[in-house]
Amino acid sequence: MNAFDNFTLIALPYIALAVFLVGSIYRYTYRGFQVSSLSSQFLEGRRLFYGSVPFHWGVLFLFCGHLIAFCFPNSVLAWNSQPVRLMILEVTAFIFGISMLIGLINLFIRRYTTPRLKFVTNQMDFVLYVVLITQTFLGLWIAYNFRWGSSWFSSLLTPYLYSIFKFQPEISGIVPLPWTVKLHIIFAFLIIGLIPFSRMIHFLVPPIDYIWRPFQQVMWNWNRKKVRSPGAEWSVHRPKNN
Amino acid sequence: MEVRSQISMVFHLDKCIGCHTCSIACKNIWTDRKGAEYMWWNNVETKPGTGYPTRWEDQSIYKGGWEKNNGSIVLRGAGKRRGLTNIFYNPNLPVIDDYYEPFTYKYLDLIESPEGDDQPTARPISLITGEPIDIKMGPNWDDDLSGTPDYARNDPNMEGLSQAEQEVMFQLERMAFFYLPRICNHCLNPACVASCPSGAIYKRGEDGVVLINQEVCRAWRMCVTACPYKKSYYNWFTGKSEKCILCFPRLEAGLAPACMHSCVGRIRYLGVMLYDASKIQSAASANTESLIQQQLDMILDPFDKNVIRAAKMNGIADSTIHAAQFSPVYKYVKKWKIALPLHAEFRTLPMLFYVPPLLPVMATVKQVDNTQQSEKMNPMAKYWDDNWLYDTSTKDLWGTLDQVRFPLKYLANMLSAGNEEFIKDKWKKLMAVRIYRRQVTVGDVSSEKVDQVLQDCGLTREDAEGIFYLTALARFEDRFVIPPAHREQAIELMDFTGDAKGEVGFGIKNPIRRGN
Repeated sequence: MNAFDNFTLIALPYIALAVFLVGSIYRYTYRGFQVSSLSSQFLEGRRLFYGSVPFHWGVLFLFCGHLIAFCFPNSVLAWNSQPVRLMILEVTAFIFGISMLIGLINLFIRRYTTPRLKFVTNQMDFVLYVVLITQTFLGLWIAYNFRWGSSWFSSLLTPYLYSIFKFQPEISGIVPLPWTVKLHIIFAFLIIGLIPFSRMIHFLVPPIDYIWRPFQQVMWNWNRKKVRSPGAEWSVHRPKNN
Repeated sequence: MEVRSQISMVFHLDKCIGCHTCSIACKNIWTDRKGAEYMWWNNVETKPGTGYPTRWEDQSIYKGGWEKNNGSIVLRGAGKRRGLTNIFYNPNLPVIDDYYEPFTYKYLDLIESPEGDDQPTARPISLITGEPIDIKMGPNWDDDLSGTPDYARNDPNMEGLSQAEQEVMFQLERMAFFYLPRICNHCLNPACVASCPSGAIYKRGEDGVVLINQEVCRAWRMCVTACPYKKSYYNWFTGKSEKCILCFPRLEAGLAPACMHSCVGRIRYLGVMLYDASKIQSAASANTESLIQQQLDMILDPFDKNVIRAAKMNGIADSTIHAAQFSPVYKYVKKWKIALPLHAEFRTLPMLFYVPPLLPVMATVKQVDNTQQSEKMNPMAKYWDDNWLYDTSTKDLWGTLDQVRFPLKYLANMLSAGNEEFIKDKWKKLMAVRIYRRQVTVGDVSSEKVDQVLQDCGLTREDAEGIFYLTALARFEDRFVIPPAHREQAIELMDFTGDAKGEVGFGIKNPIRRGN
């Protein structure tokens, strides 16, 4: 255990999480206009399909996979207790990983070879591509070279992540891990820290309430049942969009 | 009965001269910004023609609006399942080339070019990339080009017309066209609101204006697909969708929207209508034949005591009810029944109504001998050497109705969901007013004939005089009856719009950093 490990596996996660929390809340609250997925489909609508769709479904599946291994490590271990089920899980995850990598590379090529997109691309977008492609490649590398990650994630990394969230960081279990795995952890926290500063902010505002929301929305600037009643005392009615 | 008020509009197509002043007024106020250059919240199309964006009425391409599905209605190209599964890539999103690539000219080259053998030119450059481009499309590229094969023949409203009928329409000497100005319809069953996954779009309860909250929009782009009129636009630079706001800051100050205020032909009318919101669902899912009737049935009589009581119970101000009683829109749509919604079959219950054009549709072009007439003219006068007569006279009562230059079917496809009787009924009324006015001003039509004509289409002399007044003489305060906004009762409305300078609509306060 040296200073480098202490910094990257203890300090960096806390910095990243703090930046993520404060930054995201600030941006959502005071910079609502800047919370957008910044879609570029309107300027280039054909090649986006081959990048955006494989990338997003891949990242969605893999994010949920990591989340499940974090929340329910025992269930994952129980599932993996039979080799066939372990194989199914690992192969599926690997396929989604490849889909994510292919999607990212397609998106990268599309963004830097379409003349119009140059005008809606900033430096942060480039940083994102580099970080995400590296992270995806690292993930695939680890999955291929250090087999059955779903099992050792649940028994090694989940306790580490728990210790972080319990403010009692315990890194002795993961210090001996290969440097590629440690790099994967570092990049993961880097990505979390980048969320408030990039278009990744849209990951925090998925339109889930659309599923149960009524189709039509009418908003009133005053309480129409009370506004004409002379008995009702005057009160400020602030519509929920304001 | 759930009474709500809606600021609604009527456009009188006979009076539109296609000058695009409305579009320019709107552009100068609202969409003269980066990312919004291509947006025309108000645009004017030549019909027959393909419109903007190209062939927007063809929902087999754009998948907009609602469609009927087992007695209820679903969004054609968006909705909960389709919208969320296609959120990473919307297969039905029009791209900028379906509209046009915005451009300007390098005017400075005209001044700053070095001296040379050739005259300097101002080359067109793209407003997206700044590179020189070949302009292929513009927002009104089909202006006045109804006879050309590229535009009129590709009009989606030609559906159901026989080949012969179409050919007849395009023969040069019979060719007729008219203008169709379009803004957001501020629908009662808006597809854009229903399709927005993040819930950024809403209808204002007080006046029915449909707005997109720029702080909540996340660029999921479903509203662009869902709006069958293609009046929700994606701002490619800010990553937010935008649409016509019916100039609500002007409305709240008692001013007419910019497009309406600036209208040269004075074709636009704006006023409040009270409607029964509990009927929205049944009206929107009615059979195609009864769609328009059901929509008109939703609109309530503002003089009815029960309606007034229910309106007051629902918090509608006295001033709004009063404005509804003087609404020119109510007169056109409900009292005289000469205005129709555009493409009711999209099932969004649009609240912008059109008086179908009578001219040039009803006129006939005859070949006559003009030599005698020409000889009488002073040689100094302009000598017009042709022998066509543009004839709008009506010898028989409804004579020209059967010899119209436009097949009824065409206008029916556009304004009455395919029902030709509806169009015929409106045309008869408009004709009757003309015959009545001819009796008043020229006097060569007998009184009995006028009475018979008016009776035929269910109008009284008083109605005819009213239609004539509102069509031909109406002054500003007759055309725009805007209810007070009662800003004193609402926080949102109390914000002085001048304070919002530098915010969206007046520019952007929290700039998006994209591109270079």
